[in-house]
Amino acid sequence: MAQTANFSKAVRLGLIAGIVALSVSAIGMVQTFDVRDIITGVLTLGQLLLFSTALVAGYFSWQKGEGVAPVGAILRGLVAGLLTAVPPIALVFLTIIWPGIRNSFVNVSADLIEILTFGQTPVVGSLMLLVVMGVLGVIGAAFDLLPRRIQKPLFSGLLWTLVIGLLSEILLLILRPYTPRSVLNFLFGAKGITPITAVIVFVLAVGISAWWDAQGKQAMQHRRAEMAPAKAKQLRRLNIGLGVAFVLILPVIMGTYLTEVADIVGTFILMGLGLNIVVGFAGLLDLGYVAFFAIGAYVMGLLTTQGDLGIGGLSFWAALPFSVLAATLAGIILGVPVLRMRGDYLAIVTLGFGEIIRVLVVSDLLKPYIGGAQGILQIGKPQVMGFVFVQPEHYYYLILAGCLLAVFVSWRFRDARIGRRWMALREDEDVAEAMGIRLVSTKLMAFATGAAFSGLAGAIFASRLSSIFPHSFNLLISINVLSLIIVGGLGSLPGVVVGALVLVGLPELLREFAEYRMLLYGALLIVTMLLRPEGLWPSPIRRRELHAAELDHRPDDSEDAKSMA
Amino acid sequence: MSQRFKEIDFIGVFLWVFRAVIIVLVIYGTVAKLFLGVGNTYTVETWIDFFVSGLSQGSLYALIALGYTMVYGILFMINFAHGEFFMSGAITSTVLVATYLSASGFMDSQPVVSLLVITAVAITTSISVALLTERIAYRPLRRAPRLVPLITAIGASFFWQYFFRGLFGSALIPFPVPEALQGRWTILGLEFLRTRVVVMATTIVALVSLYLFIQRTKTGKAIRAVAEDKDVAALMGINVDRTVSITFAIGAAMAGVAGVLWGLVFRQVHFYMGFVPGIKAFTAAVFGGIGSIPGAALGGLLLGVIEAVGPPLFLEGLGIAGAHQLKDVIAFTMLVLVLIFRPQGLIGEKLAEKKA
Repeated sequence: MAQTANFSKAVRLGLIAGIVALSVSAIGMVQTFDVRDIITGVLTLGQLLLFSTALVAGYFSWQKGEGVAPVGAILRGLVAGLLTAVPPIALVFLTIIWPGIRNSFVNVSADLIEILTFGQTPVVGSLMLLVVMGVLGVIGAAFDLLPRRIQKPLFSGLLWTLVIGLLSEILLLILRPYTPRSVLNFLFGAKGITPITAVIVFVLAVGISAWWDAQGKQAMQHRRAEMAPAKAKQLRRLNIGLGVAFVLILPVIMGTYLTEVADIVGTFILMGLGLNIVVGFAGLLDLGYVAFFAIGAYVMGLLTTQGDLGIGGLSFWAALPFSVLAATLAGIILGVPVLRMRGDYLAIVTLGFGEIIRVLVVSDLLKPYIGGAQGILQIGKPQVMGFVFVQPEHYYYLILAGCLLAVFVSWRFRDARIGRRWMALREDEDVAEAMGIRLVSTKLMAFATGAAFSGLAGAIFASRLSSIFPHSFNLLISINVLSLIIVGGLGSLPGVVVGALVLVGLPELLREFAEYRMLLYGALLIVTMLLRPEGLWPSPIRRRELHAAELDHRPDDSEDAKSMA
Repeated sequence: MSQRFKEIDFIGVFLWVFRAVIIVLVIYGTVAKLFLGVGNTYTVETWIDFFVSGLSQGSLYALIALGYTMVYGILFMINFAHGEFFMSGAITSTVLVATYLSASGFMDSQPVVSLLVITAVAITTSISVALLTERIAYRPLRRAPRLVPLITAIGASFFWQYFFRGLFGSALIPFPVPEALQGRWTILGLEFLRTRVVVMATTIVALVSLYLFIQRTKTGKAIRAVAEDKDVAALMGINVDRTVSITFAIGAAMAGVAGVLWGLVFRQVHFYMGFVPGIKAFTAAVFGGIGSIPGAALGGLLLGVIEAVGPPLFLEGLGIAGAHQLKDVIAFTMLVLVLIFRPQGLIGEKLAEKKA
């Protein structure tokens, strides 16, 4: 009886995985991602997405400790894998019965069917899909049979191969100027890495991971413990120095295109640091955050543009304080009415503010002053002693300076009295008030600081693009920023950076993601909340709260500064 | 202590000024419009038309607001993804059923049957999406801090939007209106757009049956009990998880009906259609008093009317160019004002006050 009960789990998981496979196919993800090779001629990102469902279903189809014999485990994996293939196969046959399916489901195209059936006829292809999914299910199930010291290196080997394959285009961009063509052709295919590279990366990653588990980690910890405090400090300084130097020369390594991406990421880091103060430190969920970004950008635009709308015709540097100040003021003004609101009501009201501002900006009412849908053009560029900032590389340093400033301010505020007040507020407003914390000034300070960072980001953004349009300031930006700080880790400064790199940097680099960006953000928000509410790189306090048992020595804030890279 | 009072004073004064400015603007605009003749002049018929279109729009808000209000009443959470339940029903039934019924001519020959089939598909889709969302994104987090389910709700909202965008594309999809519902009917000497009459009639039927369901059936009683106190309800032998699921399903069913009606009125659907109506319906729910079903109905109707009559009345009276563009501003301003000044709503149960 127990055995059948366990099989029902495999069946259920297989069907769920199958429906996921069907969904990602039907919404066009598989097909869109298929243009990106991970390993040239062997595996595309689309296939990876499709087939990983069976692998995952197989892996979870049984659990250690259920008293399942190895054969039983394999069988469960097989069942889960085979069932995963059923819904996609159903889709293949549906397209035969219903040729006009594409009129309704726009992404169910001939290309998709070709991917699902490996370019064969429907019957042969479906059988192949069944076999592949079944085998993957078995592999997934068998993985858990391996001893742990083999599992881990294997896993990191796979992970590194996939990451390198995925980022091959970027690696190619970076390596091209320094590497002979023949070597590049050997390592990289037209898109993705060559199978040989994949094997090399895999073997290296497995080797290093195995060595690290066997000896490296212990040796490292041992050496660190032995080290004299003075020397440890020296080493840390050296690390910081290297980190700073690396960040400074990054544009030279990356080239113009990647630097432009870094600029975008940096702008989001700046906004994320601001929102992190409001949401992460003070616990005030603000969904209208883009409003301050817009205000910063528009003030910069109006004050420096050479167009008809210009006021004052200031230089970038003269307008910058006004931008930041205007955003800060707006933060306070919008903060006052919502002082007595909490949690979800606050979120909705700030969302309402954001929408009001968005509608007003495009309306005829304000058109004579701020340009309506046509936006503002010819926005001024920063100059330093006759040197004009034009290239993304120039802005990189400007944004970097902004981010460093924001990190510094966040970090000092966090450990100052105001930071403790914010955190008390976050934990419990009533108790905080009873402890003598003045809610009004504490909340307004959070709104003002957050808005100031956002205004700064907006001002730089306007100048970098030299023209701004109202549709650049939609709600999706707020959601973007919110997602990145939540996925990175609420209240954590390195978390903001990690979140921005993953959530903003990756989609910019892998253009196929663009269409599914918000879908993935939505899914990520849910998954993060379910599985890892503290985020990718949690703040030490939250981590300690959530994992009180594990004593974990994290180096303190110097780490924050370094990770700005 | 004195410091604290000073602060309250300052905030209180600010809020009073804020309120006074809005009231003065509204009154001034109305007076200017009606007596000084600023902006376009409208006939009485036009005003009635504005009013009726506001009522029909408000009915749609009311139907969507039910979902917010019921879920809030039971879980104290804003189901941010509710607008997406509405969208999913509308878009799925349009693409998979309405388009084909219309192309085959069945829709014009059998409008009632067609609309019933479309509505059934819309309700089924909305309920499926709602139950899935509840099961995956809300249920495991029921004991989590309050911001957590709100964040997953935002995530679910965007997930569904772009999921349906992937399924059915990002274009505007025309909703075929049967011939029988095109044009106007004359009732009591006044002409009404037929679709608007259908919308209002359907809404009344839906609201009344929902009210009876909640008040008269055993399941309705269970819902009320769970809203009152989850733990005690569980002790009384009520399956809380199941009741919560039913609540979500009912709200989603109403949203599904609203989706079809929305298609009839605006003659098009698309993946982004759920967002703004969702927020406005939330406004309506809060306006009426969140947690209360008659409140949601009242709030929806009032919001619809204010939104329809407001721009031609006081915004034009203030001499604002392109006043109709600012319809959404009126709704969102109302949202902000209600949440600031009367979070318990018009006929709220004081529930919002303690939670807001």
